[in-house]
Formats: sequence, C-alpha cells, structure tokens
Amino acid sequence: MVETLIDNFVKEHEADLTTLPDYKGKDFASDQDVRWCPGCGDYTILKQVQNAMPELGYAKKDIVFISGIGCSSRFPYYMDTFGMHSIHGRAPAIATGLKVSRPDLSVWIITGDGDSLSIGANHFVQLLRRNVNVNLLLFNNQIYGLTKGQYSPASPTGSVTKSTPFGSIDHPFNPLSLSMGADGTFVARAMDRDPKHLKEMILRSHQHRGTSMLEIYQNCIVFNDAAFELFTDKKSRPQEAIYLEQGEPLVFGKDKNKGVRLDGFTPEIVELGDNFTKDDLWVHDESDKVKAYILSRFFDEQNTGDGEGELRFPRPFGVLYADDRPTYDDGVNAQVQHAKVHHGKADLDALLSGKETWTVK
Amino acid sequence: MILKTNKFAQKLTILTSSTDMSTNDQIREDVTIRFAGDSGDGMQLTGSLFTNTTALLGNDLRTLPEFPAEIRAPQGTVPGVSSFQLQFGSREILTPGDECDALVVMNSAALKANLSLLKKGGTIIANTAGFDKKNLSLAKYPEGVNPLEDGSLDDYELIQIDVTKMVKEALSDSDLGYKDIERTKNMFVLGILYWMYNRPLDSTIDFLMQKFGEKKPEIAQANINVLKAGFFYGETVELFNSRVTVKQAELEPGVYRNITGNEALVLGLVAAARKSNMPLFFGSYPITPASDVLHGLAAHKKFGVTTFQAEDEIAAVSSAIGASFGGSIGVTSSSGPGIALKGEAIGLAVMLELPLVVLNIQRAGPSTGMPTKTEQADLMQAVYGRNGESPLVVLAPKSPADCFDMAFEAVRISLEHMIPVMFLSDGYIANGSEPWKFPQSSDLKDINVSFEGPRTNGEATPFMPYLRDDRLVRKWAIPGTEGIEHRVGGLEKEDGTGNVSYDPDNHQKMTNIRRQKRDNVALNIPEQDIDQGSTSGDVLVVGWGGTYGSIRTVVHQLRKEGHDVSHAHLRYINPFPKNFEALLKSFNKIIVPEINDGQLVRLIRSEFMIPAIPINKVKGRPFGVSELKSAIEEQLSAQATA
Ligand SMILES: Cc1ncc(C[n+]2csc(CCOP(=O)(O)OP(=O)(O)O)c2C)c(N)n1
Ligand code: SF4
Ligand SMILES: [Mg+2]
Repeated sequence: MVETLIDNFVKEHEADLTTLPDYKGKDFASDQDVRWCPGCGDYTILKQVQNAMPELGYAKKDIVFISGIGCSSRFPYYMDTFGMHSIHGRAPAIATGLKVSRPDLSVWIITGDGDSLSIGANHFVQLLRRNVNVNLLLFNNQIYGLTKGQYSPASPTGSVTKSTPFGSIDHPFNPLSLSMGADGTFVARAMDRDPKHLKEMILRSHQHRGTSMLEIYQNCIVFNDAAFELFTDKKSRPQEAIYLEQGEPLVFGKDKNKGVRLDGFTPEIVELGDNFTKDDLWVHDESDKVKAYILSRFFDEQNTGDGEGELRFPRPFGVLYADDRPTYDDGVNAQVQHAKVHHGKADLDALLSGKETWTVK
Repeated sequence: MILKTNKFAQKLTILTSSTDMSTNDQIREDVTIRFAGDSGDGMQLTGSLFTNTTALLGNDLRTLPEFPAEIRAPQGTVPGVSSFQLQFGSREILTPGDECDALVVMNSAALKANLSLLKKGGTIIANTAGFDKKNLSLAKYPEGVNPLEDGSLDDYELIQIDVTKMVKEALSDSDLGYKDIERTKNMFVLGILYWMYNRPLDSTIDFLMQKFGEKKPEIAQANINVLKAGFFYGETVELFNSRVTVKQAELEPGVYRNITGNEALVLGLVAAARKSNMPLFFGSYPITPASDVLHGLAAHKKFGVTTFQAEDEIAAVSSAIGASFGGSIGVTSSSGPGIALKGEAIGLAVMLELPLVVLNIQRAGPSTGMPTKTEQADLMQAVYGRNGESPLVVLAPKSPADCFDMAFEAVRISLEHMIPVMFLSDGYIANGSEPWKFPQSSDLKDINVSFEGPRTNGEATPFMPYLRDDRLVRKWAIPGTEGIEHRVGGLEKEDGTGNVSYDPDNHQKMTNIRRQKRDNVALNIPEQDIDQGSTSGDVLVVGWGGTYGSIRTVVHQLRKEGHDVSHAHLRYINPFPKNFEALLKSFNKIIVPEINDGQLVRLIRSEFMIPAIPINKVKGRPFGVSELKSAIEEQLSAQATA
C-alpha cells in the first residue's frame, strides 16, 4: 500500500501530471472551531499557512502537520490536511519516522518555544543535524502559554512570570544561533504581524530541501503581550528590524539611512551619507555560514541602547542561511534501495535457514 | 609442557582405565561445560563456536553467555570475568545446566568466579599462564596461595596447561606478533574440548576462513593451526581419563539451525513484514541486552526494513509511531530503563489506536541495575506502566527459538487490532541459543492488513477515523489517501469522529472501548495449553517467559517421581487466553515461579481471586533445575501436611 502510494506520487510528480484542484486558502481550514485567545498571534500564522498551502504544489492528501503540546501545537486540528497533535516536544522525532518512511509527503512540524527549546530541545537539534526534509515552524512567544504563563528557555533574563516572580535568572537560548550551531541548513525568522513576509517565508521553507527552521515571533496577548513590539510596531520596526534579501546590502532605518558594514568579521552600524555609501555595506549571502552566524547574533547582547536613535543592531528577519546538504531521508532510502538492488534476492527462506543447518531424520 | 593430574583424578583414571584410555569412550546423555576467562580472552566466541559445532552434530542444547557490563573491566580481576555455559545432550535439553562437568579457566580470576558452578569430580582445564603471581594477586588470592598447587582442587580432575607457551610453540614458524599469537589461545582450548567431546573441527575452520580468510589469511591460518594443535594435544598426551561421546538427540525430524533469542526475534519481525507485505520501520536507541536487535535488523535492508538509530528512547518510539501513522509497521526496542522513557509515547499510540510493537529485552534491577544479567521484573511495567488507563497487549516468548513465533505474533496482533503490543523477552533467552527447526516461509500464515480507501465521490458526511468494526478495531487511514484527511492526537477523542472531547460520558465510553478492544484480542490467540501433565489435578505450575526450560525440566522429573504436577506456560499474558481462568480453577494449587519479586502471581491473584503461590529469585540468573525443584517440592510437602 505504502509503496504504491509512493510510486504513484513519484510518477505523477515526475511527469508533472498532478492536476491539483484550484485550492484557495480557506480550503485548508478544517471544520473545527479555533480556540486560541482572541488576539493571539497564532491566528495570523494559521491564516498565512493556509494561504501558502495552495502554492505548495501538493495535494491536501499528501500534506501532514505534526505538533507537540502547547497552545501553538493545537494548530493541526485547524488544518484540513492529515495531522497529529502528539506529545510534548516529540514532534520532530515523529516527523522523522514519518518522512523517512513516507518521502512522498510534505511534512510540517508545529512547535512552541517550550516544546522545541525545552522538553524537546534534543530532538530539535538532532533534526537539524540530520537534515530531515521537513519544515519546522517554531512559534516563539517567549512564554509557556498553555500552562498559563511560566517563563521559557527563550524568555530574556529577568523575565517576571508566574514561576519567576523576582525575575528569571537563566540565560535564554537564541533559537537561530542554536540552529546554526546544530548545522541547520535553512534558518529563517518571521513575525506574526507581517503576514506578507510571513507567507513568503513559509513558502521558502517549503522550497528548501532539508530541515527548514522558521522561527516566528508570535504574540501571546494574555501572558506575554508586546514581547516583540519593538519589531512588530510599525513605528519602531524600521529602526529595530532589518529585512534580509539575497544579494542586497543590509540597509535599515526609518529613512533607509543606516546600514551594517563588516570590518573583518566585526559588524558595525554606519550612517549612510558622506562617509559610507551602500557599496560599503555588507551584502547578504544566504549561503555564507559564517556571516549567517554573525547575523544570528544580532540578538540581546548586541543591544547597547533602548530606543530610537541609539546605535544598535537591528533584529534580522528573512532567510539568514540556506544551503544544500544531502537530507537524511534521502540517504536512508538510498541505502534501502541500494540493498534491494545489490544485496542479492530478498529470499526469506534463505534468511530463515541461515548459513549452517543440519537435518534430523 | 606442564601436565599434572592430581591424586583424585589419578584414582579416577585407575578406576576407569581397564582398557586403553583413548578408546575408552564414555557415553553420556548430557554434558555441561563452561568457558571462563578474562573479557579479552574470547570466551564468548569460543563458546559460540563450540555451540555451532555441537548443534551441527545434532545434539539438543541450551547456552548461557554471561559477561561483565564493562567492555574492558580491569584485566585479570573477578569482575572482568566473562563466561559461556552450554549444556548439550542426546535427550531434550531445556536449560544451560545447573552445574558443569568441565570448566575451562583461562586465569585465576575465572577459577575463583566459577568454581562453585563445577560438579564435584568435574574437570578443570586451567591455563597455568593465568596463575602467575600477578594474576593470583589480581584475583585477590592471598599472598603465596595458588589453588592449582595447594590441594584445594583435589576433589576435581585438574588439567594444567600453559596455553600461552603451547600457542607460541604451535606458531613458532609464524611471523605474527606477540599480541596476535596470544589472541589464539582460545582456539587451543577449543581444540582440546573438541577432542575431549569428539567433535569435528570443520565448522570452526570454515568460520575462521570466512572471518579472516580474505583480509588476514595469516591470522586465519594461525588460528586454524592452533585449533588443530589443541586437538592433537588432547589426542597425543591422552589428557583425560576418557573421551566423552554424546549421541545425537532425538529431535523431531526436520532441518535445524542454531539460533539465539535476539536473532530469532529479528527473523520473526522480518518474516512478519514479508507476510503482511508491509514495510517495517525500526526506531531504537542502543541498550544492553537489546542492541543486537538493532544490529540484526540494520543488516536486513533488502527486505524493506528501515532502521533508525534515534537520539534517545523517546525519539525511537516516537519515530516508530510516526512511521506507523504513515502506514509502516512501527517497531521500537529497548530494555527496562528505556521502556520507562517510552511510556508517554506508548500511551499516545494507545490513544491513536495505531499499530506499534515495543520490544523489551528485560535486564536485572531498577535504574541501571545489572545490565548484563537477566530478570523478569518488567511485567507490571508492561501491563500497567503508563499514565491513565492505557491497555495494551503483552506477549512473552518462552525460549530463544520461540522469539521468532512471538515476534511474528506481536506484529500480527498489532496490525490486526490496531493496538500497541509489548514483547517481553529477557537477557537469558535473548543471548541464549538452542537448535531451531525453522519454518519454511510458505508455512507462515499471511497477515492481512487493510487500509481505509479513498473517498472521491463527494461523500456528504465527513470521514470518521474512529469508526470501529465488531472487534472495536478502527481502520488504518494513512496520509496520501484522498478524501480522508483527518487529525489524530493524544487528547481524549470522541468516539467515531475522533474530535477532541472532554465529555465525561465519552471518556468513560472510550476507556471501556480501549479496554474491551484489548480484551477482544483473546478471541484471536490460541487457548492456553498444558505443556506437561493433565488439564486438571492437584498442582499446576504456571510460568511465563524464560523460565520455561527450568520449569519443564523440573515438572518432568517430578512427574516421573509420581507427583501430580502439571505445567502451563503463558506466552500471551495480556489479555490472558480465554480459557485461562477455567484452567487455573481446575487445579487445587497454583505455583508461579518467576525471576522477580512476584508479578505474574499478583496478576493471577487479583484477576482470578486465586491464592497462587509465588516462587521467586532475583539474582540476575535463571532458575537452576535443582533449586527450582526443591522450591516446588517444598510446596508439595507443605500441601501434604496441610
Ligand atoms: C510531558 C509533559 N510535561 C509537561 C506538560 C505541560 N505543558 C504543556 S504545554 C507546555 C509548555 C508549552 O509552551 P510552548 O511550547 O512555548 O507553547 P505555547 O503554549 O507557548 O504555544 C507545558 C509545560 C505536558 N503536556 N507534557
Ligand atoms: S495563552 Fe497566549 S499563546 Fe496561548 S492562545 Fe492565549 S494568547 Fe495565544
Ligand atoms: Mg511558548
């Protein structure tokens, strides 16, 4: 059965015979009521994922969403595709088993910052290291939403939450640096409040062959409201966020008057004008791993000021890094195929009898 | 050359040497031998080679490999001793033997650790090179004491050979370095034992040629030369008061091979995949004594087997669940500690009602316990060890070869009932071996799997993933099938639709359904049979898993002595076979021997309100026949006086 499905899929897609229905975003909405808090950032993410689906080139039947546990992980219930709402932190492992055994499927992992950076952190880094061809959408609200507001491994030091009334003490994970450190092959960031860019990033994640790690800043209106306001607010965004584009110089600021320049491997912010022009700036190259890592460090410790006009590094959005590396699922299946062709006939009787037998008369 | 036979042995020799010793073959019904040495001395390999040769000769046999948990335990010390015991015979052999007739010791630590397992009057073959000052002190013998010389072994036939010296002489022409030469010592000893027990060398020579022949012909040749030298040594110096012959066992006619439990388990899984025409996905994380299943399956890719070495046990079982969701047979393996980690995910599989086979090759103790030792203490964990009411099926093979049948059954039941199945093996049957009259693939029944089909006719009602047949089994609805897109998950679901539900009555209903669905498996497994004895009477001994051989042997002896004792061995534990209760109630007394602190006995007591009597042992070793026999006899006489 499985083999037939895979064969058919390959045949159809190779011959470009897939005549997909003319899907609309709303065709991907399931019949379930969406139960997030009103105003939760999860709604816009759901919408953009649904909007991106018709452009994947996949039939509904070939798309699977797998999530862990958390507010965000309710996501699969709202998608009219195949889906599994699994257990806390383990979606990457479940998705690995599914993708390896069903390379024909488009497999999506939905996870939260607690789900993937705390209880499931091991599976998260192993997934990136193996480079299984799946897409992981990390809904980062820097809080445990479902359990009603404890700090998470993504919460900044000093976060005052239910479990840290006097401020959190531990240093947070930087999800993008972590992904780079785990040798992820696609590392990107988007935010709930910029739907157009978000959709674009969802599609880029799909197009990348390998594990696509898309961190999405998501506002938890109830337990951690405005955590990303600096980047999402239309007023501060131009100053605080920088949108990366392949081959383009790193320009930001309200009047596009600032840029990032590299002095050796040390980034510096410059004012465009008399001393520096666009030609002096760092030009974004998604395939440059070293520079992608530097970009991923445009994070907390880089911030030297606290408001408009201060010289501090803007938070990058877009694809920091994308490169090809053989995927784990391709490798595993190539090995199985090779064995089927080169290891002799799969003769069960020969296997059962082994090398040495004797006969009792 | 050192060749000393002690006084006791000389007496024996005189007693038995009325004819030429070399022609004075003694015929024995069964023999138990034990190879013991340092972990680096190759005792496991020596034991396996002797086993293969013996199996090919047509003896029945059982083996018990025992090794330290550390790969390189300190050399020469008692904790570093590795041993391999084997009983073979012309009669039915079901245990590796309580005490051995011959004990090979490569060093003094090996003697110290194993002497208590040798019969009085038994033979010790000692490598004197392992009894020098350094080795004696490493084995913690008191200063100046050498057991080979102080008369403490007078009750045994002691044969002393400087094996190190012998192999150097045998290889005096070879260019091999000291280390490589040293490494052939085990072949010399093996050669001697082949002579002693009248076994041919060819299967071992074939093995050596296959292993080293192409890449390292000089190593192959050296080993073969030393093997032969050992054999000729036995012949030339007429070492022993007599050679022993063990005739072919009267096994059922057929073609046999030798097999360990873990090997049989691997074959059972592959066969089940074949017979169901399904791909098998195996996710696992290494752990003793389960790792060999991963190694074994990883080699069988051409049968459509995919193996995944996960980052931990949770990922291992989760990956298997993912594969199962996609339409493969999802299998995962571990031992107790890893099964504990998998618990939450197994519960998910219970909720998802997907096939999943979980292999637990049990080991001894809680926590890390004694990894290389055997125990049956995970039965309660298997039956109950998850949060919530989380019923699944539990099966247990009774012997190494039975691992094949039960692995096949585990897959069959899991596929046919869309339910997780726990397969409880243990270190003893996993590593032990026995002759196996293997089936032909055509003898094996097909396993029928059906998937939910596509819905392409614009059906008015949405697809209901949790609709059930009369056995309460839902359909396997896999991605890639048009029109049946649906979501599953670990939240309680409404019957039929599968939608999330917190309705109290629905939870009660689903709990009942999941239990009844598990219980319905009893309609699809064989009834419990009586292994020996009658279907009613005075005493029934009920066992499960690896205790089969010891219980069978003991019950056989007791019956010969006139006791009204029968034996039933459970292989399907959860649910119990449907006639099990009636069977138990046809006996006056139920005795339940287990290698744990009393688990099946508690299930039986609580399930059937029967005052079953436990016999328990938790020493990391199987029951010896004599200890089990006395324990049962005690219960029999307790009954007589009661
Ligand atoms: C094994 C286990 N431990 C703990 C929980 C409780 N729990 C559920 S969700 C969650 C944290 C979720 O945080 P996050 O992943 O950030 O998701 P969010 O709700 O913020 O979207 C926790 C601790 C659980 N469901 N399972
Ligand atoms: S608690 Fe926060 S993350 Fe969860 S649904 Fe409400 S707003 Fe969204
Ligand atoms: Mg969160």
